[in-house]
Amino acid sequence: MTIPQQIATVALCALATMLTRFLPFLLFSGKRPTPKYITYLGDALPAAIFAMLVVYCLRNVSLFTGAHGLPEAIAITVTVGLHLWKRQMLLSIAGGTVCYMLLIQLIF
Amino acid sequence: MSSASVRRKALSAAFPQTIPILTGFGFLGLTYGIYMNVSGFPFWYPMLMALIIFGGSLEFVAVEMLLSPFAPVTCFLMALMIQARHLFYGLAMLDKYKGLGWKKLYLIFGLCDETFSINCSATVPEGVDRGWFYFFVTLLDQSYWVISAALGGLLGNLLTFNTQGLDFVMTAMFVVILLEQLLKEEKHYTALIGGAASLLCLLLFGPDSFLIPTMVCVLGLLTLLRRPIEPTLKGGDAA
Repeated sequence: MTIPQQIATVALCALATMLTRFLPFLLFSGKRPTPKYITYLGDALPAAIFAMLVVYCLRNVSLFTGAHGLPEAIAITVTVGLHLWKRQMLLSIAGGTVCYMLLIQLIF
Repeated sequence: MSSASVRRKALSAAFPQTIPILTGFGFLGLTYGIYMNVSGFPFWYPMLMALIIFGGSLEFVAVEMLLSPFAPVTCFLMALMIQARHLFYGLAMLDKYKGLGWKKLYLIFGLCDETFSINCSATVPEGVDRGWFYFFVTLLDQSYWVISAALGGLLGNLLTFNTQGLDFVMTAMFVVILLEQLLKEEKHYTALIGGAASLLCLLLFGPDSFLIPTMVCVLGLLTLLRRPIEPTLKGGDAA
């Protein structure tokens, strides 16, 4: 690939990204009132998105080979348990991560 | 209050929220920079791409693109598919980012998964300027990514300490944010829809192409079930 081709490739990636980030704001600008349906989606989506992102992070975990997803399951249980107990975001995240690192480096 | 102290206050409220991302991006950005380095690119490639594209998963794919023959249409379409989930983030942030002036442009530019999660779920503390809070979360997150990508590009594979599993920090963060959301709401319809749709589509379409079918399912179900779901949402305030 030549340098101009590389620049074009990176520019197209950036353009596609910006398109997906700016489009909702361009379509529903502050001038006109946002349609009720869109407001509803805006309120309903966050919980659905967070669930989707958790699945997205775990998408390459295989339940049927290797460690069968056990390190992930244990570390998530620890994260959730810590969070329900102390409700300290950073503590829950750090605890879960350290647990996962220990599990896959030492046990699995 | 002077504008400098407004900014300082917002920065000190924003920073603690971004610590998990400092860890996650520090690690992933280094990995990305190293990957570019061993693929034969100088450090300013990952640095500039982190700055301009600012979308982790796409940047990894872009390395492949740069190493393959020039295919602009394929690149553009592939980038659109990988990034399509950002459409949802925009819809969810329409209200929160309203009326923030010039900052809004940068907030939208920098609306990656992690920044979205923080700005969508965090409660901005009393007396802290909302616009500047969102701005600093976005700016800090992008700085972590750009700096660690550049560092990775500079250091190459000189780094050998055992970081295996550190990327789990991002999973743990999304788990905690989801849990907070569940604890806050009374009915969990939309989280269930998001979780079930993603799992089903993951099984049907596989890990590389399940996000877009998931988004279609989520939109369809939210539209069909609007009547029972809408009264359970706390009008406009997801935080």
